[in-house]
Amino acid sequence: MNARAEAFTRCGSAITTNALTKTFHGHTVLQPTHLEIASGEILVLLGPSGCGKTTLLRLIAGLEQPDGPNMIRFDGEDVSALPIEKRNVGMVFQSYALFPNMTVAENVGYGLKVKGIRRKQRESETKRLLALVGLEDYADRRITTVSGGQRQRTALARALAIKPRVLLLDEPLAALDAVLRERLRVEIGLLLREFGITAVYVTHDQAEAMAIGDRIAVMQRGRIEQIGAPKAIYHRPANDFVADFVGTMNRLEGRVSDGILAVDAEHTQARLRVGGGDRSAVVCFRPEVARLTAGPGAIRARVIATTFFGATQRLVAEVAPGRQLQLDLASSLHFAPGQIVAFDADPQAIIEFEKDA
Amino acid sequence: MRSRSFDVLLILPAAIFTLAFLILPLARLTVEAGTGPSGFAGFFAILTEARYRNSLLVTLALSIVTTLATLALATIAAQTLAHRKFPGRGLLLSLMTFPLAFPGVVVGFMIILFGGRLGLVNSLSMAAFGTRAIFAYSLFGLFLGYVYFSVPRVLLTLLAAAEKLDPSLVEAARSLGAGPLAIQRDVVLPALFPAMYTGGALCFATAMGAFGTAFTLATSIDVVPMLIYTEFTLATNAGMAASISIALGAITWAALALARSRAMRDTKGG
Repeated sequence: MNARAEAFTRCGSAITTNALTKTFHGHTVLQPTHLEIASGEILVLLGPSGCGKTTLLRLIAGLEQPDGPNMIRFDGEDVSALPIEKRNVGMVFQSYALFPNMTVAENVGYGLKVKGIRRKQRESETKRLLALVGLEDYADRRITTVSGGQRQRTALARALAIKPRVLLLDEPLAALDAVLRERLRVEIGLLLREFGITAVYVTHDQAEAMAIGDRIAVMQRGRIEQIGAPKAIYHRPANDFVADFVGTMNRLEGRVSDGILAVDAEHTQARLRVGGGDRSAVVCFRPEVARLTAGPGAIRARVIATTFFGATQRLVAEVAPGRQLQLDLASSLHFAPGQIVAFDADPQAIIEFEKDA
Repeated sequence: MRSRSFDVLLILPAAIFTLAFLILPLARLTVEAGTGPSGFAGFFAILTEARYRNSLLVTLALSIVTTLATLALATIAAQTLAHRKFPGRGLLLSLMTFPLAFPGVVVGFMIILFGGRLGLVNSLSMAAFGTRAIFAYSLFGLFLGYVYFSVPRVLLTLLAAAEKLDPSLVEAARSLGAGPLAIQRDVVLPALFPAMYTGGALCFATAMGAFGTAFTLATSIDVVPMLIYTEFTLATNAGMAASISIALGAITWAALALARSRAMRDTKGG
């Protein structure tokens, strides 16, 4: 945290939602949601389209009205009834929503202008923000003549210029191409940490969520399925949906006896040491926890395809027709399609879900 | 070379059309204008002779006021209709654009039905206050007719532009604390300017040259198209009619050209 970011360190409000609900035309798009976002925390709302993440963001912003009163609080103050104009939130939109008739500097200074800040103060404040996002050389360029990444940073600076209580970002990288998105993902994460402002960040991209969030809330069908630190979400997903949505997950179903899972499989027996008592179980593991083994407790699968990733390669292999697993193994090894591989998984990294009714 | 001659072939129909219906008649009109009693000085008669000059000024003023009123009406209506779904929206839009189907004469007739001697407003006024309220044959009646005639065209142009406006622009301005007036000034109107120039120019040109409505209503007002008509048919002064026609054409063309260059500049910027 350096000196130039100091002004922001205390301006982030804590956000609390209390049974926050939203119904559109009799259809509940957000189920009662309880959230505690600490001051200065970056929370990512992650989920497929239509999961309610954007609705939740727009409710916090004041662009949508919640179903009832007293559902949203900033630092304990009920803001549910305040329209966005009065809520003092900074917003960054997917389309950036920059004003095309203005220059970069005019865009950044617009919030200060409508607040009636004097020109001199406005200009020095705008200059400071442009320097913060590395755009001081582009101040007088028309917004339509700068690149996607520069527009992105202009939108961020414009949102921060009004010293908002919280910063709300709605898929801010979705409009960019893959290479730029990957670079800005890191950049925006660093900038948000530097500002130290409370931020709610909506995305459907799990890699982006992992890189940016202090915590991630994975949403589906208007509900938060799991909320936690990125590592917790990845390594200890609460359910099938989260496991599948955040990264790739292999799934094996069978009976456990004497701590060994036996799976009905075509290519001899598939056995996996999972521990615990006798039961029916659904056992999951990530591709990277697979290890080749010659031991007896192994899963045997037929290689279908390999994809080279550099340090690793990903094997797609099947234990029975249509039941595929994905394994990440060292790329120095050689596998041919049709070959049988024997592997197991680190028991510490195996996740077990209750079998669906 | 072959592709070049093919290009010439492609442009030929439009060229023949322009030649037959624009350049040749204009040349003929120009020659005709020179045959009047004052020769080619007749071109400037529209500025030098008080009667013609007054007519031009009245027409210009009427067209400008009509354009401003039409733009104001259409801008508000376009914003109300864009991005908003409500029952009866389609019906409302088709009612608002209904006058597209009418020629100017019919519009003039409707204004008479509304503000003439036996019109709706006069009947109500006579019944309620016992005072006459006739405006159909005045400049105000003409103004109403022109606005009624122009609103549909301008509204459709502006509605297309308003629907293209990204709603998150308005949301962004709101999040920065901008009120409704600031949003109009800084976000919505700048986005609509190109369409407003185009629609406004169309409206202005139509008003400058409107004949049907003027013919029905302008019994005591000499707007320029009426002036041309009377010079040509009643005074049989073809030369003067021709020179005024050219002057009217030049002014209207200049207005369209100016509007187009402004619209292009704004589009390029945005």
